[in-house]
Amino acid sequence: MDAMATKPPCFDEMLNEDGTPRAAYAAYHKWFADQDTTHLKQKARDAEEFFRRTGITFAVYGDDDAEERLIPFDIIPRIVTARQWSKVSRGIEQRVRAINAFLQDIYHRQEIVRAGRFPVELLEKNDAFVSQMIGFTPPGGVYTHIVGIDLVRTGPDEFVVLEDNARTPSGVSYMLENRETMMNMFPELFSNIRVRNVSDYPKNLRASLSRVAPPACTGDPVVAVLTPGIHNSAYFEHAFLADQMGAELVEGHDIRIVDGRVAMRTTRGYQPIDVLYRRLDDDYLDPLIFKPESKLGIPGIFDLYRAGKITIANAPGTGIADDKAVYSYMPDIVEFYTGEKPILKNVDTWRCSEKDSLAYVLDHLSELVVKEVHGSGGYGMLIGPAASKRELAEFRAKLVAKPANYIAQPTLALSTIPIFANSSLSPRHVDLRPFVLVSPDKIDITPGGLTRVALRKGSLVVNSSQGGGTKDSWVIEDD
Amino acid sequence: MLGKTASGIFWLFRYLERAENIARLIETGHRFTLTRNSGRQDEWRSILAALGTDAAYRATHADYNAAQVVDYLLRDKSNPGNLRNLIDSARQNARTTRTAITRELWEAVNECWICVNDGLKRQVREAELPATIDLIERQTAQVRGALENTMLRNDGYNFSRVGNFIERADSMARLLDVKYYVLLPSVSFVGSSLDNIQWETILRSTSAYSAYRWLYPGRASAMGIADFLILDRRFPRSLAFCYGKLTDNLRNLAMSYGVQSASLTEAERIYSSFASLTSASILEDGLHEFLIEFLRVNRNLAAMVEQEYRFNS
Repeated sequence: MDAMATKPPCFDEMLNEDGTPRAAYAAYHKWFADQDTTHLKQKARDAEEFFRRTGITFAVYGDDDAEERLIPFDIIPRIVTARQWSKVSRGIEQRVRAINAFLQDIYHRQEIVRAGRFPVELLEKNDAFVSQMIGFTPPGGVYTHIVGIDLVRTGPDEFVVLEDNARTPSGVSYMLENRETMMNMFPELFSNIRVRNVSDYPKNLRASLSRVAPPACTGDPVVAVLTPGIHNSAYFEHAFLADQMGAELVEGHDIRIVDGRVAMRTTRGYQPIDVLYRRLDDDYLDPLIFKPESKLGIPGIFDLYRAGKITIANAPGTGIADDKAVYSYMPDIVEFYTGEKPILKNVDTWRCSEKDSLAYVLDHLSELVVKEVHGSGGYGMLIGPAASKRELAEFRAKLVAKPANYIAQPTLALSTIPIFANSSLSPRHVDLRPFVLVSPDKIDITPGGLTRVALRKGSLVVNSSQGGGTKDSWVIEDD
Repeated sequence: MLGKTASGIFWLFRYLERAENIARLIETGHRFTLTRNSGRQDEWRSILAALGTDAAYRATHADYNAAQVVDYLLRDKSNPGNLRNLIDSARQNARTTRTAITRELWEAVNECWICVNDGLKRQVREAELPATIDLIERQTAQVRGALENTMLRNDGYNFSRVGNFIERADSMARLLDVKYYVLLPSVSFVGSSLDNIQWETILRSTSAYSAYRWLYPGRASAMGIADFLILDRRFPRSLAFCYGKLTDNLRNLAMSYGVQSASLTEAERIYSSFASLTSASILEDGLHEFLIEFLRVNRNLAAMVEQEYRFNS
């Protein structure tokens, strides 16, 4: 059978089928047509040089040779119109509100379980469910201060949620630096096209974190960013955000408990921290509660958290909302807590824990994408249509052994946007991760987000750890 | 500012200063090789000694072959203090103190690291040595420029300067100590004029050669050189100059923190002790003894700063 025949038709965000530009790209396309390719090639090299010089790098686990790598950056922007964005952002706001209400509920009365809309096993048997959070409400009732919602686009108005990142979403520094780079490379574009600004994110992040100061905070809240250290793959981002917010970047060994407060060692002595933006998983946060061997965390922080002496963002135990089995219930969750139909759809999902679904998944393995329920970063997943016979057989065995560990989804016809490669435009699949800030009175969504692009032709894997790149993402005003 | 951050900036500029000293010593050694027919191996040996790595070098190398010594100092993995590692450490420190330094300073350090790593990827051939040394010196100068032009004159700046001048004083005292026999082969040498070759290398390796010639035309004496390198407050590598800067920067810190500072008191004590010295009295009482004592109090001052500003605990 011809391979092309099985490939679902996909939506290109820049061009119509007849090769004319879509409305969002009209102005950009006109500009592009006037550009000289040699000049653009030079700009692409300049952009790479800019990233290298400013040290915007990430570390790859288990990669000795290239300890630090650049995430490839493509100079063609992702463009959506304000009208398209308004629907997406309403959908995100609704979903994030529901996720916070869900977290509040599962750590208190579990109404959703009582109502029979959500299975209790998904909580009880889940490592991401932190029982120490039961009965405790974080300051301002906010669980997920920072959220990233991964979207894919399948048509003109169809944005679908692929994943929720309520634990510690990363990538926002690339969103900000991509824009800086583009404004540096192509200032004339930004004078002519009204692109919504993203650069207020660090300021908003700081303000948002300051609004959830703990009861023990007396003055201006002291915010600090907790990093696992320089060898973490996202260290650049941790340092970047701390710097942009004017907050200290701390590690576990800078911190001690002094007079009942979590305090950092400064050149003037120990200073209490009010809000800790931690970029460390729950497991490592407090060796007294979680992994006892963790050297990265702060022994005793959890007790002080519950006593109102410090705010931890995001709250421990929010990771359960990232679970892919929980994801499959998200439409019910949104409806249960908001009383509204979900604005953004989920991808159809088969829970392999259910007998009929498992049978279906095993029968159609070569057509489906199978993911681990606790996995992230594109690790441990099977893309059926791209897998070899051996890979399929191996995955089949895993599925049969531990069905509850997996969910399966149809292979989506992800939208494409051209990248600039070999002097011409060439379509590649993309996704979009918008970033959301939640404070007690406000949900703030940065217009756009991080567009990740699969650089290999036909590939659907956009993760930077698997060779994906990024694009600047624009929301433009409608004319 | 976090204690860790203060420590990071302090060491960033110690590493950088140390790397520059290595580059300058290599430059001097190489020049010596080109211009003199005898004593070459001795010259490389004394350079290794001035950097405190002679014993470690001898443990793994048979002779003082120039190419081998240069590689050892620049990039040999058996030498943990090689120049490439120092620049690597400086850059690592800049990454971990990113919140306390300006973007310009970070980018200058990062670019320095990229260029130096590039330049030292392979063993440097003799034909490329001058260009490589020049590259290193230009790159580190850009880091200094970024510090001076963009950093707030706050605690971070002062810690960077304290690190810089403690390291500079340490390396000047070490160099003089290794070379004191050149200045004073015997007690009777005091006051007599020196062999041209010997004093030239000392002055060249401290970037003092031309300044000295202008200030003391035609007069190279042990007394004059000791006076210039130890006591002359105009020369930016002299011990007295370093301590002038150290007292300034430690005073700024004490004032902005509103504290009684033991390290400031100690730096002031050392600085004022220079005022009562002359090069004649130093040579009379023993240059070696003077330098050994200086190295001790200088190390001790570093430890006092570390403790006072909670670098480690």
